Amino acid sequence: MKDMLDLATRALDFALRTGVPYADARAEDIRERHVAVKNGKVAVASTLASAGIAIRVLRDGSWGFAATDDLTAAGLERAAGLAVEIARASATVKKKDARLAPEAPHVAEWISPCEIDPFSTSVSSNLDLLLKIDAELRRNPAVTLAESSLGFSRKRQYLVSSEGSRITQTRTTTGAGYAAYSFQDGDIQKRSYPNSFGGQHQLKGYELVNELRLLEHAPRVADEAVALHRADPCPEGVFDLILDSSQLGLQIHESIGHPIELDRVLGSEANYAGMSFLTLDKLNSLGYGSEIVNVVCDARLSHGPGLGTFAFDDEGVPAQSTPIISDGRFTGYMTSRETAAVVGAPRSNGTMRADGWARLPLIRMTNVSLLPGAQSIAEVFGADHGIYMETNRSWSIDDKRYNFQFGCEIGWEMRNGKRVRMLKNPTYSGVSTEFWNACAAIAGAEHWTLWGVPNCGKGQPEQVMGTGHGASPARFRNIKIGSAQLD
Amino acid sequence: MIETDLLPRRRCQELFEAAARSAARQGAAEIEVTLTASNEALTRFANNEIHQNVAERASFLSVRAVLDHRTARATTNRLDAEGIADVVEQAVLLTKSSEPDPDLQPLYEDDANVDTARYAESAARCGPAERARSVGEAIRRVESEGQTAAGIYSVNHHAEAVLNSRGVYRYYHETLTQCSITAMGPDSSGWAKASSTVHEDVDPVALARRAARKAKLSANPRELEPGRYTVVLEPAAVLDLVGQIFPDFSGTALHDQRSFLNERLGQKLFGETISIWDHADCPLQTGAPFDGEGVPRRMLALVERGIPKEVAWSRAAASRTGVEPTGHGFPLPNEVGEAPVNIVMAGGRATLDELVAGVERGILVTRLWYIREVEPYDKIMTGMTRDGTFLIENGEIAGGLKNFRFNQSVVELLNHVEAMSESVRASGEEAIDMVVPGMKVHEFHFTEVTRF
Repeated sequence: MKDMLDLATRALDFALRTGVPYADARAEDIRERHVAVKNGKVAVASTLASAGIAIRVLRDGSWGFAATDDLTAAGLERAAGLAVEIARASATVKKKDARLAPEAPHVAEWISPCEIDPFSTSVSSNLDLLLKIDAELRRNPAVTLAESSLGFSRKRQYLVSSEGSRITQTRTTTGAGYAAYSFQDGDIQKRSYPNSFGGQHQLKGYELVNELRLLEHAPRVADEAVALHRADPCPEGVFDLILDSSQLGLQIHESIGHPIELDRVLGSEANYAGMSFLTLDKLNSLGYGSEIVNVVCDARLSHGPGLGTFAFDDEGVPAQSTPIISDGRFTGYMTSRETAAVVGAPRSNGTMRADGWARLPLIRMTNVSLLPGAQSIAEVFGADHGIYMETNRSWSIDDKRYNFQFGCEIGWEMRNGKRVRMLKNPTYSGVSTEFWNACAAIAGAEHWTLWGVPNCGKGQPEQVMGTGHGASPARFRNIKIGSAQLD
Repeated sequence: MIETDLLPRRRCQELFEAAARSAARQGAAEIEVTLTASNEALTRFANNEIHQNVAERASFLSVRAVLDHRTARATTNRLDAEGIADVVEQAVLLTKSSEPDPDLQPLYEDDANVDTARYAESAARCGPAERARSVGEAIRRVESEGQTAAGIYSVNHHAEAVLNSRGVYRYYHETLTQCSITAMGPDSSGWAKASSTVHEDVDPVALARRAARKAKLSANPRELEPGRYTVVLEPAAVLDLVGQIFPDFSGTALHDQRSFLNERLGQKLFGETISIWDHADCPLQTGAPFDGEGVPRRMLALVERGIPKEVAWSRAAASRTGVEPTGHGFPLPNEVGEAPVNIVMAGGRATLDELVAGVERGILVTRLWYIREVEPYDKIMTGMTRDGTFLIENGEIAGGLKNFRFNQSVVELLNHVEAMSESVRASGEEAIDMVVPGMKVHEFHFTEVTRF
């Protein structure tokens, strides 16, 4: 492979020769491995290697973007020329010039921490682990389907800009998880570990797989999937709701993370992902949560090894921490250089990311996390009467990010802090601001986990991004439960 | 012979032969090579101006090796000699590290010629200036109503080939033009979308007119209590909701007992008027007429008069069950096996206006959003209405409504269909494009109303 930084520089030079006032070039070299086992057999064993360059230019106040995997000089020149041609066309249908909030040029090299290179582990050892988990799950004869998987990714990124930035980053991520399904008499039940939809995903090496102690949890997961057939349906009504930290992570993602994307607020996503109820007048005035709710958007490594952790975003802006909800008050959006300029912010808070070399950077959640609370776990579970739910099964929210409904894999009716019965098909619904204002207790840092959501979709053409969400279990008062029931 | 410069046939043959030679040196005589090439461009607009405008070009070489009942895949976009050698080495190493699978079939053998194309030169030639011109006209149409436009206009050219060591050589390419527009008023919105392999069939201005009309008609939306209502679902809403059930029409899903058709195949499950096929050759459809192994797609009668009849079978699933493969397998190895991907649903003779005219009091739904499965066996789905929800009174549109959340069983819905419009190629955001009708459905279950 040629020196990707050199190729990015050449691509940038081709763009700048056309006289554009701003350009950046981002080269990426991506490597992935995915292995999966299903019911005792290897379901997937695959690798992907992909490299290419994206060129973004600003000309006549409008954007042009072209990406190519033709890394010859002619290919780079063609892509740069196309980006400029596209910008010229964009300028024929514009209302205002795009402007960028200032950012000093950065020259840096950064490699994410990785104790055990996942690509140094053998595929046969990966499959051996998954086959052991699979056997353990299917030890319960009522488990009708067992699925387990491991995924590794390493992205080397080289970003250069006309303002003088020259940044090299390497990020390694690992994901692992499994699920047991049971089908009986027209009832399909499922339990997953450590989370649904592929498990846990972090900016780590293979050490994550070791930390998750996957095998140890398999018997419980299998037994719960089967036991759910005999559980009572979740009751319908208004109850105190206690959420485990993984479900709370997705709740944060949907009802806080997406609404605070400033491009959504300004209308950029109106045709597809939608807009946001968090209009600009609500900044620093809206009571988004109860006084114990504090949320940050934090891409720094000090926040943890999340899927939204990096040193610089794809515009070359350093990772930052932005207070989003401070003691219940709405205090910040996620911004880009362009949207920061629109609202008069002095600087982007560094959230622009693309899902690969072929795509345009967009405002994406970094790690949007609920900070740990001051309550003990006993206080969180201490409601006289409530419903506790674990592990997401379904999620849906409207295009302004206001009305939501979530379903979980399993629930328990709680009385005075004790589980009194298992509940199947639990769901709850609400309105984003009302839900967060009903937050009554948040457990402390010892129960806080930084979860990875690997499949966040946004943009046209759609991009799939990994985001991070830290949370401890928390309790919410008077939440509508069971609204998904048919009658 | 069907061919495009995007992926020249001679280049396919050269890449396959280079991969085969490299594999042979590593002791792998059996390989399958999948080649894809794409040239995609998308102009995106919001707030009545172009704000994102992109193009991407990519080519991938994917190699699957088969050794001693084992298989694995490696993919790269590095197509020089070193890249080819690397990807073949990866594929062979992975395969050797994998476990034997008794269901794994030898590479597919068939000399049938099913090569085809759905190509429009006008689409391939549609450059940034033409896209901007079309978008500008569409925006002006929405602006003339005092509204704000957002949307996309995209043109993609995609080519693919599947070759294997047993002589299979399949080739397909298509252009696809898409346009989607949202028109927004102060308290309302409207939406329209179209996609076609025939470039001229996608008319951004006509779509803008339709979206703007919906936004105008739905201004000052009223709030209606949630509950069960008769609804008229436009084809895009039918597509997005009914489209959720088709991954279950799969032999592997039945075997895994994760399909809602388990213990129901061959039984009357839906209303008498419901018939659904998978039909790759339908002129309104898109995509290759062969599957991930190169097996030609066969037409499937998925539902006949309310009875689920046929499901898709990959070669492995078919062999396990003792039936013939249908040409719907995904590239191996994979977890889900196969699925129908060219859905054509029988419609009726009514127009959408006639469906509305037949409703005394009900709701017209333009589009659904964020649909997720709440219960997998009754196929209870939740989601929202969006961009054009209207009250129908005495057979006429009586104004806009605030949006609803629904929790609706698709099995129940397909038993409550009273009338259908003619089937058309519909395009949404929650399922793949399909050929479906609009539907008048009684007792559709809205569970909550939102505040806009």
